Amino acid sequence: MQIGELFITALVALRSNILRTLLTMLGIIIGIAAVILIISLGQGATKAITDQISSFGTNLIIIFPGSLSQGPSGTAGVKTLTVADAEAIQNTNPSLNIRSVSPIVTRSFQVVANGQKVNASVQGVADTYAQMQTISTIQGTFITADSVSGLSRIAVLGYQAAIDLFGEGSDVVGQIVKIDNRSFRVIGVANQKGASGFVNPDDYIYVPYTTAMKILLGQDFVQTILVETKNTNIIDQTMEDIRSLLITRHKIADGADPDFSLRSSKDALSTLGTITGLLTSLLAGIAAISLVVGGIGIMNIMLVTVTERTKEVGLLKALGAKRKDILLQFLIESVVLTLSGGAIGIAIGVGASYGITKVANIPFIVSLSSLALAVGVSTIVGLVFGIYPAKKAADLQPIDALRYE
Amino acid sequence: MTTKNVPVISFKNICKDYNTGSQTYRALKDVSFDIYKNEFVAIMGPSGSGKSTMMHIMGALDRATSGQYILKGKDISEYDEDALAEIRNREIGFVFQSFNLLRRTSVLKNVERPMMYANVPPAQRTERAIKALTLVGLETKAENLSNNISGGQIQRVAIARALVMNPSIILADEPTGNLDSKTAHTIMDFFQKLNAQGNTIVLITHEDDIAAYAKRVIRLHDGTIKSDTMNSKKRYANR
Repeated sequence: MQIGELFITALVALRSNILRTLLTMLGIIIGIAAVILIISLGQGATKAITDQISSFGTNLIIIFPGSLSQGPSGTAGVKTLTVADAEAIQNTNPSLNIRSVSPIVTRSFQVVANGQKVNASVQGVADTYAQMQTISTIQGTFITADSVSGLSRIAVLGYQAAIDLFGEGSDVVGQIVKIDNRSFRVIGVANQKGASGFVNPDDYIYVPYTTAMKILLGQDFVQTILVETKNTNIIDQTMEDIRSLLITRHKIADGADPDFSLRSSKDALSTLGTITGLLTSLLAGIAAISLVVGGIGIMNIMLVTVTERTKEVGLLKALGAKRKDILLQFLIESVVLTLSGGAIGIAIGVGASYGITKVANIPFIVSLSSLALAVGVSTIVGLVFGIYPAKKAADLQPIDALRYE
Repeated sequence: MTTKNVPVISFKNICKDYNTGSQTYRALKDVSFDIYKNEFVAIMGPSGSGKSTMMHIMGALDRATSGQYILKGKDISEYDEDALAEIRNREIGFVFQSFNLLRRTSVLKNVERPMMYANVPPAQRTERAIKALTLVGLETKAENLSNNISGGQIQRVAIARALVMNPSIILADEPTGNLDSKTAHTIMDFFQKLNAQGNTIVLITHEDDIAAYAKRVIRLHDGTIKSDTMNSKKRYANR
């Protein structure tokens, strides 16, 4: 008998008891749906986060004061990074790899304007910051090199900050905002960036770092230095160059812990990839348990089916069915069972993923590999758990089967 | 008997033992007989006489404990399971008392089934199945599901299926056991017609008026042949 005919025969047999068939498939349906859903959501979430990180640039190096190896608190209050460091990095030879550098100082201030009072994170940055963080302005202009060197009391409002202070759609260029009771003239509004983790650049207010350090903060150190390389490939090399430059400048003894740390956005991406990958495979592993349970359910029902159809096996053997004909018939029946369950599971998983990603506003991704995995796993479950009942049917002696009551 | 000298079926000193725990029970005791082409033999006997055992061995569903079973000149006593399956497929057409047809399967597919195992191409299968169904007058029921036809029709479909591989013998095990007497006689009439067309038929029954349709009657008792006679008062259905 040809395989195609066996599939049709199997479908007829399964259709004859549709409720039992569906209940039998339930384990597989749930398992496959869970695996598809988890993989899809995992990939969607990963893509959402990596997209966001990438939108801040993949060729960025961030220099922190202190040592990150002591944990995030290791950088707090450390005053080892200076504007001079940033200038040295900018002017270093060979500096061909570096496109731009921006010192960054930051603190939260009460900002008053137009009768509105908000607490905003004020970012003291260089003119190059806009290009590094792909910030464009929807009104006016960003901070210029001249305003940095001239210590201008100007400010660029983040998208949401402008709305909070002046209301939606207002023309704010030329307005005055009071940051910590000091007047700054608004020269522009940044485009909408969207939140990323715990920070939302749309709430920021940007001022020249020189002005921030002198007038607002009264400090001569910077919190971070942001470096942009010319492309992603040279990030590691550039990080090494910066490290040795700063070690020399800070007179760090050989083997001693440097008083600064370097991180690249590439690092962040790969760390994130590891975490989400781990999480996805963990959840998929749990879902796989349901597939094993589903498989056992299939085996159970197939054993019942073989017993119920003992007479049918006897009749088929009388008509000339060989051992392998019976074996294949029952095996294909269990594979058709798990494959149909897998197909329903895929439909449910994809549907649920579509719904959840739309609600959670993350990209909807169903990879071909996860579908192939689902089909493959369904088939294997059918084969593995179907072989024993099928063998039992094939081993029936024709007279015993015919006599069975 | 007939002019042919090679019998279709030849039992030579066939014995069949069953082990029931510690005891061995001999169901057939040194049975020998020949059946030639175009015979219509009824095998009779009360329950426990060994007629079912004989049917199983003759149908290659089971093997004898000792003795030789020669089918069309070939000793198949030592054939393995798959070889016996092929014998059943090609040489023997079964008609059982009950559970003859696959449920939820069309009449046509039921008749096609033995040809599937013989790897007959699909187009040819359908053609041959329709031909066999026409012979039993059920060609119009080809697409009906087997559970939607009457008991008499089921037996006629089973006969069509038994004929479809052109077997050496048609082996009918109590084929009318589940039928009312009127239908039973119609079925027996069919067997007679098939025999007249040259088919060799072996009928297992315990009913005298069914055995009366056969040309020859073998009576079993306690595992041995009690009598083997030509039927002098052959019966025909009312036509």
